[in-house]
Amino acid sequence: MTAPPSESAPSSHAPSPHAKPRPRMSPDSKPFWDGCRRHELLLPTCEDCGRAHLPPGPVCPFCFSDRLAWKKASGRGRISTFVVVHKEWFPAFKPDLPYNVVQVELEEGPRLTANLVGHGGRKPVIGEAVRIVFDTIDDTLTMPRFEPA
Amino acid sequence: MAQARAAVVGVGTTAYGRLPEYDAYDLGMWALTEALKDAGLGFADLDGIIVNRIPDYQRFCEIAGIDPSFVTITPGHGRFAAICIEMALQAVLSGRCRTVALVYGNNGRSAGAAYGGESDSYGSGGGAIWWPYGMTSPGAFHAMMMRSHMAQYGTKPEHLAELAMTFRDHAGLNPQAVMRKPFTLDDYMNARMIAEPLRLLDYCLINDGGVALIITTAEHARDCARPPVHIRGAALQTVFANSMFPPEDYWHGAVASVTGRSFREAGLGRDDMQALMIYDNFTPTVMFSLEGAGYCGRGESGPFVAEGHLRLGRRYPTNTSGGHLSESYMQGWALNVEAVRQLRGDCGDRQVSDAANVHYIAAAPVCSSIVYSRDPS
Ligand SMILES: [Zn+2]
Repeated sequence: MTAPPSESAPSSHAPSPHAKPRPRMSPDSKPFWDGCRRHELLLPTCEDCGRAHLPPGPVCPFCFSDRLAWKKASGRGRISTFVVVHKEWFPAFKPDLPYNVVQVELEEGPRLTANLVGHGGRKPVIGEAVRIVFDTIDDTLTMPRFEPA
Repeated sequence: MAQARAAVVGVGTTAYGRLPEYDAYDLGMWALTEALKDAGLGFADLDGIIVNRIPDYQRFCEIAGIDPSFVTITPGHGRFAAICIEMALQAVLSGRCRTVALVYGNNGRSAGAAYGGESDSYGSGGGAIWWPYGMTSPGAFHAMMMRSHMAQYGTKPEHLAELAMTFRDHAGLNPQAVMRKPFTLDDYMNARMIAEPLRLLDYCLINDGGVALIITTAEHARDCARPPVHIRGAALQTVFANSMFPPEDYWHGAVASVTGRSFREAGLGRDDMQALMIYDNFTPTVMFSLEGAGYCGRGESGPFVAEGHLRLGRRYPTNTSGGHLSESYMQGWALNVEAVRQLRGDCGDRQVSDAANVHYIAAAPVCSSIVYSRDPS
């Protein structure tokens, strides 16, 4: 696994203007983030129509069934699009500028927003095969990112 | 075809730019006063008011000294221009209101409005999972869409440049426009990247300003000071499901749907339009609108724009005021006013000759289409 972008662990969980924003976890999304801490990509998957979806929600967005189960995903996918951000929107991202944000279409179907890492600083490529890596921020947060497959 | 039953009878705009001595209420009042004067109406003639972006409807009506029988307030999102116009249409067509004022006031420049970072509300709560990756701002979202369009269809930065240069050249003919100095392809390419592939000149201009429109029935419109501009067709379509991700069709289906519905209602088609007003928060939005509305084929907007069809004097003069990119980001409102002014023949150096029908389009999570006409049928 390649080293993710530099990110210092905050000393407390209180938000700080100098810290990168943290994901807002909800009861619907908590199993996703708990899975990341165990280095597992889990997707809410419908037991009626069989399709996985993101972001996590209380019902299947395809058939509206509430019979959902968390299933382990392969962690493989392809970059469907990306942006290279040059503007300093969040002060904590200033050292990373310019940085990429990719959207990856997972083998199971849903798209996941993250960064491409371990690519030597070149631009991402649409259609590029990638695999998930887990970046431990601190005891309570591990963030998924992607690297070239 | 049906006879149009509602019309715009008054339009009012403030100066645009940096106006720190005015707040959103002042700007709205300025625009409303102009619109009423334009219509030959007084404050007492209003029995409905729809306020957009101004913080408080009660305070606004108190300042205006009016007690309308209908009032509402709507979020300061650009997509709401058409939603508000549709509400006004329904109010006058149903007979609930006789004359509705739509009032928009925006002091975003002086107030330091930002569309990314901690104040970003774009993307249906997407901030909860986007921000940790540095993903923020509607511009970055549109950049992702454009990147995908470039890969799929070969659209180039040069195509976006021609679009931005066209609107800037139009702004040069509009004394009200904030940015009037022409720029070259080199200027465009050398402008700083914001959210690659989008550069500074792909972005709209955040400014202070106000806009107001007065809408009434076709019957009452005849008594007003200026010739009415008829609203012949209007349609909306939401695209909310899965909206945390760029729509794979660039809103093509929804823009096609609203265009088709509004054209059928109007009894008009693309060939009948003399000018287009297209919501241009960023250059890609115009590309997607042209394709969705069928002015060019799917994926062909880049070469279509590069051929110069959107310039004054060509087939579909678009955003003749300079639009959001060069006149001022008045969130759709000023483009609707420009449609009215073109149809009245009020546009001076930028007047489209024999303008009879103008098409307003916005591609966004709420797509909209409005057909304005000089003639009622
Ligand atoms: Zn299902």
